Amino acid sequence: MAVTIETRTEILVTVGTPPPLVRLEGVGKLFPNGTEALRDVHLDIQRGEFVSLLGPSGCGKSTVLRLLAGLATPTAGGIHWPSTDHELSFVFQEPTLMPWANVFDNVWLPLRLRSQSRSAARPRIEEMLAKVGLSGFSKSYPRELSGGMKMRVSIARALVTRPAVILMDEPFAALDEITRTKLNDDLVQLKCESDATVIFVTHSVFESVYLSNRVVVMAPRPGRILSEVTVPAPLPRDEEFRLSHDYAETCRETSRMLRAAMEETPAGKALAE
Amino acid sequence: MNRRRLIRYVLPTVAFLATIALWEAVVRINHIPPVILPAPSLIEQTLVKDWGTLFGSLLVTLKITLEALIVATIGGTLLALIFAIWRPIEYAFFPFAVILQVTPVIAIAPLLLIYLDPRVAVLVCAFLVAFFPILANTTLGLSSVDHNLLDLFQMYKASRTRQLLWLRIPSALPYFLAGLRIGGGLALIGAIVAEIAAGSAGEGSGLAFRIVESGYRLNIPRMFASLVLISLTGVAIFLLTSGISYLMLRRWHDSARGRES
Repeated sequence: MAVTIETRTEILVTVGTPPPLVRLEGVGKLFPNGTEALRDVHLDIQRGEFVSLLGPSGCGKSTVLRLLAGLATPTAGGIHWPSTDHELSFVFQEPTLMPWANVFDNVWLPLRLRSQSRSAARPRIEEMLAKVGLSGFSKSYPRELSGGMKMRVSIARALVTRPAVILMDEPFAALDEITRTKLNDDLVQLKCESDATVIFVTHSVFESVYLSNRVVVMAPRPGRILSEVTVPAPLPRDEEFRLSHDYAETCRETSRMLRAAMEETPAGKALAE
Repeated sequence: MNRRRLIRYVLPTVAFLATIALWEAVVRINHIPPVILPAPSLIEQTLVKDWGTLFGSLLVTLKITLEALIVATIGGTLLALIFAIWRPIEYAFFPFAVILQVTPVIAIAPLLLIYLDPRVAVLVCAFLVAFFPILANTTLGLSSVDHNLLDLFQMYKASRTRQLLWLRIPSALPYFLAGLRIGGGLALIGAIVAEIAAGSAGEGSGLAFRIVESGYRLNIPRMFASLVLISLTGVAIFLLTSGISYLMLRRWHDSARGRES
């Protein structure tokens, strides 16, 4: 009898509240120079989600990524990863490739750091290069590629280890509109093929709404979460979604929240809440 | 061959030959005696006539310069690596490197000649001046690493050895090669200066000694002939180190590539 009850409870717990992939609990970050980058950030991210952190510069969105990546430690609160399986990868705002290494060797790096030989890693690297549309460029050097192509190499490098979590810090900010749109489409595609969780920092409303399940709007000084917008459409998405009413409406709502975050007026705060 | 390249190569050649011709003309027209200013043709004849002596001296100077450059390269690079691996060593030893660098080698040479065998003293002088630019540049290069790449290596839990081998050393390569180019020129200067300081006390066989010796004998054409050989040696070292630098960087570094137009 007791056993049955226990089992039932367990099921209820599992179904009712699936544990998040990661939970930020009252996270704060105070830099030694006195800047308060983050204050009291609470955020749950579910496995498989595409979450965007949107906000004006100085709102600490990049700091959140660095904390998640373990490149910095919070000065208040904690970051909890309930499961041990949360392999991370990071895509920076710049392509951050090694200029002395060709495309193949750049994508090989994460596998090489796990002592995988070049020949053992070759099939996986070539698969990734094909996925980002760079087959035939493996011998090229970063210097010889365009900005968009370099970013594709950077994404291939991030995905080559089949990470559970991909952290992206304004990866397309430096690209032109056309390249950015194309890369957005490809990123959605890649995300759906890999079932990874993506945490994406951006300052573009349109980009965040197009890509994400959820947009987290942040405000500056000190950096904190102001509000959240759920995007009412499943991934993957395509051109159809870009033209849809839902997209336009969500963009409008998100813009309003972002404006509130930037104005930082009592009225703006009230609107956001 | 397009016009720009023509200008690029033909112009300096013409300018050089014109200068030599002008020199020759000035000497001949004014009947300037060789003791005051020898004509280029006479310098060339001297080079041919005294080739046996001069070539022997050239080899001596060349050998010292290259030995000094090799030791400076190995020493400078190793010390820079040690600095990179363990910072406190850098704090402790960098002042010595700076003191040795800023003290003119001509002032150190007489002391070294007292304590050391003249050949070794000359070698040490050439080493001292070539060592610092290689050390300083390589040290700078090893710490000038893209911070994002450092973060990436940290995220993938790369060991310090791998970080050094796969990230810091390749990043430092352009800096090291710039140091090598400066060091190559300075090694020759160091060798010549030390040879002159050694003067007749030395074994007396390098090119600088030939200049001093010819000066005593008022053999001005031979002074010029030695000078020509020293210049050529310097140019050769520059071309060699530049060539090495170009070969190592041409695929990836901005300095070794033309701008797209």
